Amino acid sequence: MLKSRIIPCLDVKDGRVVKGVNFVNLRDAGDPVESAKAYDAAGADELCFLDITASHEDRDIIFDVVSRTAEQCFMPLTVGGGVRTVDDIRKLLLAGADKVSINTAAVNDRALVRAASEKFGAQCIVVAIDAKRTSESRDKWKIFTHGGRKETGIDAIEFAKEVTALGAGELLLTSMDRDGTGDGFDLKLTRAISDAVPVPVIASGGVGSLDHLVAGVIEGGASAVLAASIFHFGTYSISEAKQYMARAGVPVRIDP
Amino acid sequence: MKVAIIDYGSGNLRSASKAFERAAGELGLTAEINVTSRPEDVTAADRIVLPGVGAFADCQSGLNAVDGMWQALEQAVHADGKPFLGICVGMQLMAERGLEFGVTPGFGWLAGDVVAIKPDDPSLKIPHMGWNTLNPKRPHDVLDGIVTGDDGLHAYFVHSFHLQVERAEDLVAETRYGGDITAIVARDNMIGTQFHPEKSQTLGLHLIANFLRWTP
Repeated sequence: MLKSRIIPCLDVKDGRVVKGVNFVNLRDAGDPVESAKAYDAAGADELCFLDITASHEDRDIIFDVVSRTAEQCFMPLTVGGGVRTVDDIRKLLLAGADKVSINTAAVNDRALVRAASEKFGAQCIVVAIDAKRTSESRDKWKIFTHGGRKETGIDAIEFAKEVTALGAGELLLTSMDRDGTGDGFDLKLTRAISDAVPVPVIASGGVGSLDHLVAGVIEGGASAVLAASIFHFGTYSISEAKQYMARAGVPVRIDP
Repeated sequence: MKVAIIDYGSGNLRSASKAFERAAGELGLTAEINVTSRPEDVTAADRIVLPGVGAFADCQSGLNAVDGMWQALEQAVHADGKPFLGICVGMQLMAERGLEFGVTPGFGWLAGDVVAIKPDDPSLKIPHMGWNTLNPKRPHDVLDGIVTGDDGLHAYFVHSFHLQVERAEDLVAETRYGGDITAIVARDNMIGTQFHPEKSQTLGLHLIANFLRWTP
């Protein structure tokens, strides 16, 4: 039976791990390769690096981080942040990423999603969607780009369907309203997107307790749940999260 | 022992080679793990690994684009009988035909086609992506010491197509995802895994170690 995945996400800036709260107020929390090894040993199902390095000159640091991680961790690794071109994707895959996530560029250049999917296969193209509820309706969400700073006016559900049709193999869905709050996933959003597309959806944004992980799968319909702070600052271990989910009836991988 | 991991531009092979190095090290084997795109390295190798990610047709044409590689593999694997491990699309290429984006011929070492997964529950997501357990269909050395079944270890899958073998004896293990999906195939000196052993932590390293000491 296919298991629901738990994915710790490491925000990486200039080669160091940080975690944004609502995408601002960054805190330094260590070496990404060491963190990756710790999560590998702890039984995380995948790892996600989000590169939030601001300056273009320092962006090559992530390739070194990815390649050192891939040499030591025998688990799937997704890398995103600042991916603009097919060549950016190629470089990350060659460094050792298994999947590459595209955010802003997928909005500005839909052809990139198709080109990347045709070139490298849908299995390694993740489109990251940052969505926020609209003021008009509780059941409408618009997408944001540039790490959540720029509003696009594009409907999240329509965009999800569109990029999936273009060849995205997975969606990483972050609720802007919930990110950094610890109030739990936006379950309505997660369910709406998950029901709208044929590919797996990773729920992200807002995890503050283990119940939130369970709800993301059962109520949100997510194939995987992503969290940062609760794991990164040791509130819960991966193993505690998995035991909890298993008791709540969510099938998870617990390998010795 | 020389192990050749074939590089034909299909994805990153560093983690694959590191996984083979780690598995060899844990066995105390002196193994030279060589990521290569040279047919002569395939000819000189004792064991051959063919990875592959993406689409069947892409991988087939990528492999054909390396001058002499297709023939070197035919000779080393099919004629000379060297131990062979195909991973993901590398495993699918063992089939006669791939039916993704038209009909593409494979090596034809195994009778069967590579077909789209059609889960009986339409709400199941495609690709089949993530960790799943293995259900053995027959014993094979590559599964030695690996706990299988519903409570067994997990393997990492990511694929939308799978190899449907014609001869039941070629099927070593399945996994379940809205129906039975081919997970491991084997015939004579050849093994293929649909999942990624190099990404499958405990199960993966164990399986790689089994392959490295396997005598077909």
